[in-house]
Amino acid sequence: MFESQIAPTYHLEPSEEQESDFILNLGPQHPGTHGVLRVILHMDGEYILTADPVLGYGHRMQEKIAENMTWAQVLPYMARMDYLSALSYNQAWVCLVEKMCGYEVPPRAEYIRVLTTELNRISSHLLWFGAFLLDLGAFTPFLHAFEDREKLLDLLETITGSRLTYCFFRFGGVGADVDATFLRETQEFLDQMRAHLPGYHELVTGNVIFEHRTKNVGVILPFDTSGYGLSGPVLRGSGEAYDVRVKEPYSIYPELKFNVPVEQTGDCMGRYLVRLAEIDESLNMIDQILANIPDGDIQAKVPKIIKPPEGEASMAVETPRGELMIYAVSDGTKIPYRVKYRVPSFANLSIFSKMARGQLLADALAILGSLDLVIPEIDR
Amino acid sequence: MISEITLIRTLLSILGITVVVGVNAIFVVWFERKVAGHMQYRLGPTEVGPAGLLQTVADGLKLVSKQIIFPQSADKPIFILAPIICLVPVFIALVPVPFSATWQAHELDVGLLLVIALGLLNTLGILLAGWGCDNKYALLGASRAVAQILAYKIPLLLCILPIILLSGSFSLREIVLVQEQSTWFALYQPVGFLIYLIAITLETNRSPFDFAEAESELVAGFHTEYSGMMFSLFFLAEYTYMLVASAIAAILFLGGWLGPFLPGPVWMLLKIYFFLFLMMWFRWTFPRVRVDQMLSFGWKILLPISLLNFLITAGVMAAL
Repeated sequence: MFESQIAPTYHLEPSEEQESDFILNLGPQHPGTHGVLRVILHMDGEYILTADPVLGYGHRMQEKIAENMTWAQVLPYMARMDYLSALSYNQAWVCLVEKMCGYEVPPRAEYIRVLTTELNRISSHLLWFGAFLLDLGAFTPFLHAFEDREKLLDLLETITGSRLTYCFFRFGGVGADVDATFLRETQEFLDQMRAHLPGYHELVTGNVIFEHRTKNVGVILPFDTSGYGLSGPVLRGSGEAYDVRVKEPYSIYPELKFNVPVEQTGDCMGRYLVRLAEIDESLNMIDQILANIPDGDIQAKVPKIIKPPEGEASMAVETPRGELMIYAVSDGTKIPYRVKYRVPSFANLSIFSKMARGQLLADALAILGSLDLVIPEIDR
Repeated sequence: MISEITLIRTLLSILGITVVVGVNAIFVVWFERKVAGHMQYRLGPTEVGPAGLLQTVADGLKLVSKQIIFPQSADKPIFILAPIICLVPVFIALVPVPFSATWQAHELDVGLLLVIALGLLNTLGILLAGWGCDNKYALLGASRAVAQILAYKIPLLLCILPIILLSGSFSLREIVLVQEQSTWFALYQPVGFLIYLIAITLETNRSPFDFAEAESELVAGFHTEYSGMMFSLFFLAEYTYMLVASAIAAILFLGGWLGPFLPGPVWMLLKIYFFLFLMMWFRWTFPRVRVDQMLSFGWKILLPISLLNFLITAGVMAAL
């Protein structure tokens, strides 16, 4: 019963070993799973014996769809996988095609890309912050985070035209230039966010109940991280300073000075602190971008119909949830031959079964929240 | 043989309590939403009635007009009985509560005992709700409610005992009158007062101790399967229970209706809503405690401290 099960099993009959065992069906509609994730919990009272995630409720065959679209038509689909970090997906797809075709991107476009992506990262982390506290039963931080996120969405709306599912980057550039108003408002947002961040720590981080709920809960040992392919804040919360922006730098990240926040504890608190520190790092990055953004074109000359030469390529970026890698094969036509997404949430979910075993139900939901899963990205 | 005056008095008392319960629920739900709103950069209800005061009435009408859904496998008698068992005791518990020296439905020598005993029935209602609807989340919620009851009830009673020693009475009216002679018992019993505050938050299933309905864990806990009017009965019971617990807190520790300038009932209501505001403040700022942490907190911290508090009070009183 305690062995790890590789495939999800549908043992809906309670085992005969103990009378008190029962199966609890968590999801696909449950306020704690943030989407259509279903977890079959085999429980003894409040304790979880095994937890089997069941995926696929939101499966849309994104990879197959990509095989029937032109390279440019795939771009809008990027926002529909991880809807909280659409711009990171944008980034991965345009960089991949640029890599295959050998397009040069003007520096101003690169700056705008990183500027908007980092703003997107902050908004994703803010939403996670609120949702995680909601998992722990606190309502107010959620709305405080949304107050700040609202400003961010307004800001991104002025330049990208949408509030959540951005389709803003173009092959060889970006869709729109930033103007002085946008830059000024971004600066105002930075000041506001810097002023509010200590408030978050005051309201939540120092709270004794929060500490009891997150410290030493859901510990991921550094030993486990590579075996499960973890990445992002989940990995960095366990003491591994791996960040694609540093290890395989792309765009203008080599020119920016930033730290990779790392916590050694590996528990929910560690992952929480890493994400809050990342908000701060993103703010610093935006500061540098605002100071150094060059003038010039925002779009390189690219052909109307994109036909990457025959061959294959892959591109990895750091989304707010971890390492996203897109692999594509081109047969020289205007339609991709094969596209494969390696998404961070899927790998991060894989360790959940192991972490939830033997935990209380309340802790399991805290752990699930701390992994920051976006279910459409897992199901895609 | 019931005299006419007693009969009229009884009917008026029933009417009075019903009005108090109804108006309190309408007001407290509105108040809670306003408090929550202002803590979250929002305004809360503003549209229905002046300052949104009638929002709760509109919500109540909506709930009444909704269909009541009975789960197929539910134990129907228990399912129907549960919300009633939750609500009726807290209704009756208002009988011995004095709102001033003269405003009291019925004076009882053992009013305090009655309120405590009726308070225990609330958990029975929750247990029946969890058991009757044949839903695992509801059952988990109910089992949590039952598991916590001893962890807070014993410290709660141990905080009330010193008050009984100090006042020498179980009558809620007497307890206030004794405080008129001396001073508020909160000054004699600061530790007991704090523990009582924590205990009533537990007793009324309020956040950070709302395990029985822990939304992010158990969907809606013991009332997951309830809809429409039956759900609103639980809601009404919770808010009335908060009123009763706050009223008892005001009587035991803050001198009930005593206070300068304003008339007694106004002071009483002010003190009650002070406690209600505290509970709302807790709810909208704290995360939820884990159920085992609460149990160990109750047994290992609240119980020894309240026991010590009781023994010291008894010792000092014996020495004097």
